[in-house]
Amino acid sequence: MSEGDRSFDVLVIGAGPAGLAAACRAAAARAIVCLVDDNPRPGGQIWRASLDRVPGPAVPWIATAARLGVRMIEGARVFAAPEPGRLALETGAGEPLDLRYRSLVLATGARERFVPFPGWTLPNAMGAGGLQSLVKSGFPVRGKKVVVAGSGPLLPAVARYLRHAGADVRLIAEQAPLAALARFARSLLHHPHKLAEAAIFGGSLAGVRYLTSSWPVSAQGDGRVQSVTLARGGKTFTESCDYLACGFGLVPNTELASLLGCRVSEGVAVDDYQRTTVEGVYAAGEITGIGGVDLALVEGEIAGHAAAGQTERASRLFQARDRQRHFARSLARSFTLREELKHLAPDDTLVCRCEDVSLGRVRAATGWREAKLQTRCGMGPCQSRVCGPAVEFLLGWKPDSVRPPLFPVSVNSLSQAGDSGS
Amino acid sequence: MNDAVTLRVNGKPVTVPAGAMVSTAIAAAGFDLFRRSVTGQPRGPLCGMGICFECRVTVGGRQHVRSCQTACASGMEVQTDE
Ligand SMILES: Cc1cc2nc3c(=O)[nH]c(=O)nc-3n(C[C@H](O)[C@H](O)[C@H](O)COP(=O)(O)OP(=O)(O)OC[C@H]3O[C@@H](n4cnc5c(N)ncnc54)[C@H](O)[C@@H]3O)c2cc1C
Ligand code: FES
Repeated sequence: MSEGDRSFDVLVIGAGPAGLAAACRAAAARAIVCLVDDNPRPGGQIWRASLDRVPGPAVPWIATAARLGVRMIEGARVFAAPEPGRLALETGAGEPLDLRYRSLVLATGARERFVPFPGWTLPNAMGAGGLQSLVKSGFPVRGKKVVVAGSGPLLPAVARYLRHAGADVRLIAEQAPLAALARFARSLLHHPHKLAEAAIFGGSLAGVRYLTSSWPVSAQGDGRVQSVTLARGGKTFTESCDYLACGFGLVPNTELASLLGCRVSEGVAVDDYQRTTVEGVYAAGEITGIGGVDLALVEGEIAGHAAAGQTERASRLFQARDRQRHFARSLARSFTLREELKHLAPDDTLVCRCEDVSLGRVRAATGWREAKLQTRCGMGPCQSRVCGPAVEFLLGWKPDSVRPPLFPVSVNSLSQAGDSGS
Repeated sequence: MNDAVTLRVNGKPVTVPAGAMVSTAIAAAGFDLFRRSVTGQPRGPLCGMGICFECRVTVGGRQHVRSCQTACASGMEVQTDE
């Protein structure tokens, strides 16, 4: 790439709904826009391509981005921010890439929250959205027994998808009580188009048991998961399975924002125009808090307009965003994680899967700093993306400060990022 | 357009649809264990989206490649831990 090819008016990180919407709106205002994603294909989580097929709702956004000349860089991830206006990336092939921007839109989305329990590290015990993403890339589940467990509207969506792919979904265990779900279903009445999506009481789940107030207490198996024991109504029962798909809600991917110095509380803090506390840096979508695809889209549009200087257009969307935020709040209330989940892991259960650190060893430390120094918890390749939210849930420790590189990268990429320009 | 790709996982040939990730090829070839942890425990994919690094394997001699974020290519050699 030549020098001119690497400088953009608006650089968008993350090509999910929020990032696509931001890129399209900024490009429509004639800004020179670049859209980057770690995934080999655009779409983010909800619109992840099934093999080569991009799902329907993503098609017009991707087509618009292409028509407006948005530069798409796929399979590259940001790992450092060497100076204001500049990001360091590494491509899938391990090559360094240096990009410059006037405005930056962070749309890095969210990941699943994992709650440790004995056996959660066995092969074939994975995330709920995690198994779904793998199956979208052709992962074979036809005829396999799957138990889906954890919390949130993602569970029935995943179960439906897995059934469609031929899996034998044995049951869905939702930790929230029925009363909370009923409240959630009622709140959906204000958002009728979401009803079909939620499918909690929907016909397509007919035949799959949907248990409420039920959660996994342990997984068993020799070399891979073979059964899961679940709690329900003060008792436990064991279900045999080939795959265990477990997700306990979502957590925003705020690492890059923290590295840039943006203020983060639950998600990245933003004002009405989706501006973060750092000049020229915007944030949109689930990086600002969990709220689903429609909120991600409208936040993306606002950020795109604003980053290209179209504040008037951005402000016309404030009302639409308020309605979606209302939905996000009822979502969070309905699927609050119960206390019992904090006591599933005995001291010898691993919390940090990169460095194999048990909960007991982490608990013995006074906080993140000491745990890192004494046990290497959170120091492995995932950089505490998995154990961080788990430890926060179990012990109440807030995440430690974020340092580059955000991901393990080659020495070559690291040294390029260290250069003060090229 | 080609609609299938053949590659090898631990020496075993496996054919997957075009666009499939390496994680798919590993499962299709019948392997559950992707890597061994620092204390030797068997591990496989967790997040499916590139953040946990539990699915990492050796691809074409390059170590620590996340199989869930890497597309299969014809003739690729994939190595998992034992
Ligand atoms: C595994 C998973 C599965 C889900 N499945 C569904 C579903 O089936 N139905 C549903 O309604 N909702 C689903 N959700 C919820 C979903 O997150 C939102 O509905 C929606 O996708 C949020 O859009 P977004 O644009 O904010 O972020 P996302 O769609 O998450 O997009 C963020 C993008 O940023 C990229 N990225 C992150 N960090 C970097 C970096 N450092 N460098 C480069 N790129 C980066 C990621 O690769 C990702 O593609 C799922 C969530 C997860 C985590
Ligand atoms: S499964 Fe988590 S990085 Fe591949």
